[in-house]
Parts: sequence; C-alpha cells; structure tokens
Amino acid sequence: MGILVNKDTRLIVQGITGREGRFHTRKMLEYGTKVVAGVTPGRGGEEVEGVPVFDSVREAVEATGANASIIYVPAPFAPDAIYEAADSGIPLIVCITEGIPVQEMVKVKSYLKAKGVRLIGPNCPGVITPGEAKVGIMPGHIHIPGPVGIVSRSGTLTYEVVYALTRKGIGQSTAVGIGGDPVVGTDFIEILEMFEKDPQTKAVVLIGEIGGRDEERAAEFISSAMSKPVVAFVAGRTAPPGKRMGHAGAIIEGGTGTAQEKIEAFKAKGIPVASHPEEVAELVEKCL
Amino acid sequence: MKLHEYQSKQLFARYRIPIPQGEVASTPEEARAIAEKLGKPVVVKAQVLVGGRGKAGGIRLAQSPEEAERVASQILSMEIKGIPVRKVLVDEALDIAKELYLGVVIDRAQGKPVMMASSEGGVDIEEVARRSPEKILKATIDPFLGLRPYQARELALGIGLDKSLLNAFSSIAIGLYQCFAENDASLAEINPLVLTADGRLLAADAKVVIDDNALFRHPDLAAMRDPEEDTPSEREARAHGISYVQLDGEIGCMVNGAGLAMATMDVIKLYGGNPANFLDIGGGARAEQVAAGLRIILSDPKVKAVLINIFGGITRCDEVARGILEAMKAVEVKVPMVVRLVGTNEEEGRRLLAEANLITASSLSEAAEKVVALAKSQP
Repeated sequence: MGILVNKDTRLIVQGITGREGRFHTRKMLEYGTKVVAGVTPGRGGEEVEGVPVFDSVREAVEATGANASIIYVPAPFAPDAIYEAADSGIPLIVCITEGIPVQEMVKVKSYLKAKGVRLIGPNCPGVITPGEAKVGIMPGHIHIPGPVGIVSRSGTLTYEVVYALTRKGIGQSTAVGIGGDPVVGTDFIEILEMFEKDPQTKAVVLIGEIGGRDEERAAEFISSAMSKPVVAFVAGRTAPPGKRMGHAGAIIEGGTGTAQEKIEAFKAKGIPVASHPEEVAELVEKCL
Repeated sequence: MKLHEYQSKQLFARYRIPIPQGEVASTPEEARAIAEKLGKPVVVKAQVLVGGRGKAGGIRLAQSPEEAERVASQILSMEIKGIPVRKVLVDEALDIAKELYLGVVIDRAQGKPVMMASSEGGVDIEEVARRSPEKILKATIDPFLGLRPYQARELALGIGLDKSLLNAFSSIAIGLYQCFAENDASLAEINPLVLTADGRLLAADAKVVIDDNALFRHPDLAAMRDPEEDTPSEREARAHGISYVQLDGEIGCMVNGAGLAMATMDVIKLYGGNPANFLDIGGGARAEQVAAGLRIILSDPKVKAVLINIFGGITRCDEVARGILEAMKAVEVKVPMVVRLVGTNEEEGRRLLAEANLITASSLSEAAEKVVALAKSQP
C-alpha cells in the first residue's frame, strides 16, 4: 500500500536524456521502479538504460500505458513539461526541478486544479514507497518498508529522519517531499489526508520549515481530522528574518513564517515536536 | 532581488502609475540641480535596500536648492543599518491630504496573487494587519484573467475613497498588477499611495521585489541588481552556485540541502553554540564547490570552529572529502573542523579524511556537541 506510488506505478521520465534524468533513471530502475518510457522532444527512437525514448508524452502514454511522470527538465522548460503531462492524461506528476518562477507555478497550479491532476513539487526529492517504487532522487537504500508516513518540504533533512527511523528498525509506508517553493502542487494537508486513509500508515512525521503558514494549517487539520498520531519537526529556529534560506519558500516575511510560530501551533494542538532530527525517531517510537 | 525606490518608480511610470516629479542623484551638486529644475520644495530620500530609513534620518524635506544640496550631502555620508548611502532620490514634496496603501503579493496558501488595499497607508502594513486586520481589503486575482476592473473598484469603495477617484484608483491598481505580472515580481507595493490636497493620487513610495528564479528571462531587471544587497561573501557564494547567508555566531557550517542546513544550525544552538552562517552546497556538489564553500566560511573572522554535515544522496561523500582536502591545501585552516559524513560512499570519504587532521562524528547531535565544545575552547 502506501500512498501515491506503488508497484503498479508505470512511470515516464521527462528529460530522460539529460545528465540528471539519465542518472536517476538508472537509480530508479535499480530500485525496482517500473520506468516504462522516457520523453525528450527530438530524441524519439533512442533508448536510455534500456528504456524507450519518445518525442512526446502523448506518444509515450499511448505506447506504454504510463500512469505517472517524473520531470527532470530545466526550470525554463519545466512548466511546459508539466502542462504536456497533464494534457496527455497523466494523473500524477512529480516535478524535481528547482528554480521555476513562482508566477509560472501560480498558473500551473490553477490549471492542474481545474483538470484534477495531482502535482508533487516542484523543487522536491520526489516520492518513495519503500520496497515498491522510488519516484525521485532520494537514496533508496536508507528506506525500509513499514508503518510511518513522512511528508516534508525538504530533501536531505527527510533522508536524515528516514535514516534515524531505519536505524531503529522503524520502516516507512511512503515518504513524500512536497517541495521547498512558495507555491507547490500539493500541500501538507492533502498528503496528511491520504496517510489518514492509508491502511499501512500507523503514524506520520511532518517535517516543516520557516516561511508561509502551511504548518499552522496542518496543525489545525491534524487536531480536527486525524486519528493517527503525528510527530512534527520544524527547521529554522535560528534563521534570521527577511533572508531566504536556500529554498525559495524558506523566508520569514513581515514577521510571519517563523519556526517558533509553527512549533507553538503544533504544541497548542498537543502534537509532539522534536527538537532535532534524530529525536523524531524517538518520538515516533513512543507513538507506535 | 530588491529594486531601489527610484528603480521601482521608473518601472511604475511604464504602467501609467502617477509618480512625483523627481530624479536620482549621486552627489549633493546633482541633488541641487534637480531641486532647481523642479522649482519647488523637495524631499530627499536615501536609496538603500533596508527598511527604517525614515527613522534613521534618511528622508528629509528641503525648501530650497541650497537646502537640498546640504541635506543630500548629509544623507550621502550616512550609513543605514551598516549600508552606505550611494544615491538619493530628489522628488517634489507633495501636499498630502491622505495616505493609502496598495500592494500585490503571492498568497502562498491560495497559490494566487492577492491585491491588498488599505486606508491606513504610510505605516508598516504588517503593523496594520496585526492591529486592525479589518482595515486591509483583499482581492484574489486569477492568474489567467488578471485584476478585473470591478475588483479594483470594490477595493476603492471598500477603503472609503470618494467616487470621483474611482477611475484614477482603478487605473493605478490595474497598472500595478500588470507591473507585478509582467516583471515576475514577488512584491509590488505603493506605500503610501498619496491623495494630494488638490485631489490627485500618486505613488509617493515604491517597492518592487523580483523573483530571483525569474531573472533569467528579465536581463534588464537583473542588470539593476545592487551588489550591496548582499555581503561580499554572499556574492562570492552566489557566483559558485552556493546558497550562503551570513549570521553573527562563531560556528561555521557547511551542509548539503537547505532544510538540513537549517536543522544543523538549530542543533548547534540547541547545544549552546551560535551558527556563523547558513550554507547549502547544493545537490550533487563537486569538490571545487566544497572548496569554495569552505573558503567563504573561513574568511569570516568570527568563525572559531567549523561543522561539516553531509548526508550523501546525489552528493557523494568521497567527492565532498576531496573538496575538503583541496580547500585545506589552498587556505590555511586555523580553526578545528568537525566532519560528519553519512550516505553514498561514506567509507571512502571517511578514509580520505582520516589522513587529514579532522574530528569526525557519526550523528548530528554528536557533531554539534563536539563543535560547540571546540569553539568554546578557542581563544
């Protein structure tokens, strides 16, 4: 089980002939992900790691029956790649690309919502359901199957938490990186809703960071609509206001979006908050 | 990327937003000449990319060209929050009847642009939002349709503007949204939007922030960047594709990934230290990037110890180790360094570093504890 991706996921890689696309296609195949096609306009007919390449997503879908796409296309061209996947009937799109202009994402989000297409990212590590499918750039070997769902705005910080869980023998149902941009396709609440319904998931880890109010809204949702225990971690207690901390969305603006506010929001609803990444695993152990 | 007030006003003028007559000056003599040309009392405004310049004495009225020259000379020799004033804007002084607020931002929760208007202009809008949120009116904008004229009229009526000003206000609001959309701004703000005694609306101040991720398609705007928006170290980091933010602490940190970099800073604080910087070497960092990162960290004289925390995924620990060794050949390392490498090729990375004089740690907590103790033992 798990959410979003599993052994039945039939994946297209958009941008498969690029350096990143090629490298991660190999890694995903090694993990056991069913990568059925690649797309690079003008490179149709070639093969990458044994995967057939098509000129368009439509052709790839028709030939392979793909039901998900992952995008490794550079930022200036990534919005077009997302529209192409959505218009070709792909129901789940994962966009790894960092650096897409926020106003482009505003349009993409609005368009996909009207079409009912799910986008994860951009600027994210992707999604992994351990033992079934890896649709992303995370190191597969640190994950083991199990009962903990993870949702995060960050990449390597998620690996750190997964690693701590795995070392305690606690496996993961699915780990989802929703992305570090100010406007992303899917927010915390939508993923929490999926974990709440997923029979494999028994507890959830939410990893937030400074910027925006998505964590505060998630805290409300957890207390009003979730039966499963959630452990939170928020990065950026030491971040100064007005400075972007790497991620486009990680910025304290006009005094809001601080880690302290978010931590308070979780605590006010009785949701345990870890003070460092390794403590997340200890708190999860207590919930299970 | 922030634009200066004078740059923002030049942009506004292209969208038919009325601005006061005025020009930018780099010397007191130029300021005097502008005031002479305008032939009326002027306001001389420091052009710096930090808030609070009014309180710092960076905005002054001048009744005559002579006074404009004197005032400009004072402002041009000031530093505001550590930033030297290089330019002043000399604008006609307005006869103010009322100060309003008008701005556009991206509402992150909705994922859409929102225009905000308020009858309480001329003060910090966040302050208004805290004190009396009912005084801020909002209109959510469909990105495919833009701001509709009716939305602009609703905002105007909502903040109590006289009906005679409906058209003038709507034209400014629509121009401001166009300016925001066409220039990939993340903020476009008029505060205050002044209503003069003779019934005109003008943008007395202007603030535009451009989305850094969109600068690739706005070379004209990218050329307007004021290098002093960032410290020299931050500029060097940018040139190497590294995200770096300078802070006040004594422990330098180098991490891969923004979230983990913030978490590492937090753990340093948790163990009683203070981070000297945020530094994300990025995914798949090469040895030369690692070396550049280390050079930047060590150029900060406050740094007493360094923590390197790498969680290898795409980034390979052996590549990072090579970068560290390369940097140690090029720069003299006088402070202790604690290294924690986990993930892809960690054994090879550790083996490479074993030959150098470095302290290693296996967990983040252990690394933080060690680096804080080392920093405290330094003179």
